[in-house]
Amino acid sequence: MVKRELLVKAEEGTNPAYGCEPENRPIETYIEFGVAAIDKPPGPTSHEVTAWVKRILGVRRAGHGGTLETP
Amino acid sequence: MRGWGDPKVTGVLPIALNSATKVLTALLTAGKEYVAVMRLHEPVDEERVREVMAEFVGTVYQRPPLRSSVKRRVRKRRIYYLDVLEVDGQDVLFRVGCEAGVYVRKICFDVGEVLGCGAHMRELRRTRAGPFVEDECATMHDLVEAVMAWREDGDERLIRNVVKPMEKALDHLPKIYIRDSAVDAVCHGAHLAAPGVLSVETGITPGGLVAVMTQKGEAVALAKALMTSEQIVEAQHGLVAKTERVLMPRGVYPRMWRTRG
Repeated sequence: MVKRELLVKAEEGTNPAYGCEPENRPIETYIEFGVAAIDKPPGPTSHEVTAWVKRILGVRRAGHGGTLETP
Repeated sequence: MRGWGDPKVTGVLPIALNSATKVLTALLTAGKEYVAVMRLHEPVDEERVREVMAEFVGTVYQRPPLRSSVKRRVRKRRIYYLDVLEVDGQDVLFRVGCEAGVYVRKICFDVGEVLGCGAHMRELRRTRAGPFVEDECATMHDLVEAVMAWREDGDERLIRNVVKPMEKALDHLPKIYIRDSAVDAVCHGAHLAAPGVLSVETGITPGGLVAVMTQKGEAVALAKALMTSEQIVEAQHGLVAKTERVLMPRGVYPRMWRTRG
């Protein structure tokens, strides 16, 4: 992947009272804003795997990032 | 029409959950890497196979297959690299890095046409989808185990490994880090103005997709850049990026902006 450099425009801190580092979100919030990184097994379609993941995790919505099928 | 039977298709499948489904646009357009097995329909000299396949690096023109969810017009797509890993008789194992929307099955078919012997894809494995690589992906079994450990023993460690923060799905995008005071305005859909910017990653081009981030590394929104990285750093006023998709809920950061009038 491309290596990017950071160009600083101004310096300012961030108030710990607001927000939270992504890794430290409480588990429910962590899942609410999460992406399951799945290794799709052979057999089921991407759509079917997505439906299973949705049910197993008990989430309202789930969508995959690009079908893994060859129509 | 599946004359050659269903090929085995496996590999990296990022699945965005609940509020994170909004990052999908960033993933759908991200580059992909595959490892595939192609079966040649007649024996061909290995050197000839390698020569022909090397010619596919660069731009390819592909018409989406009959059974497809997109309009069937010829599309121009980039192949970044295509390496033959092994040739075993009439089976060719290769790795291909490409732009989103490339049909590897079509590459196999076209290689067969150029060679004159015909060929088809036997197996396909996605080894990368944007920032997601195969070694970091969990099997369905891993997922079930992780959910059980969490629900039954309250152990979150496994689930935190299978599920990644949505910010991970933005790793491949250049980022703009903004002030705490600018966050809530963007969450309300405001475009990003120069004074709100603290730092910028290189590689931003006008019209390109960028991720607007807090200093804690939280994603605020996906935006379309209006300037280059260097211009954003220099800009004193005016808009630097147009908010396309808000990712953070309103009210996480305090409201520091005023409505006009």
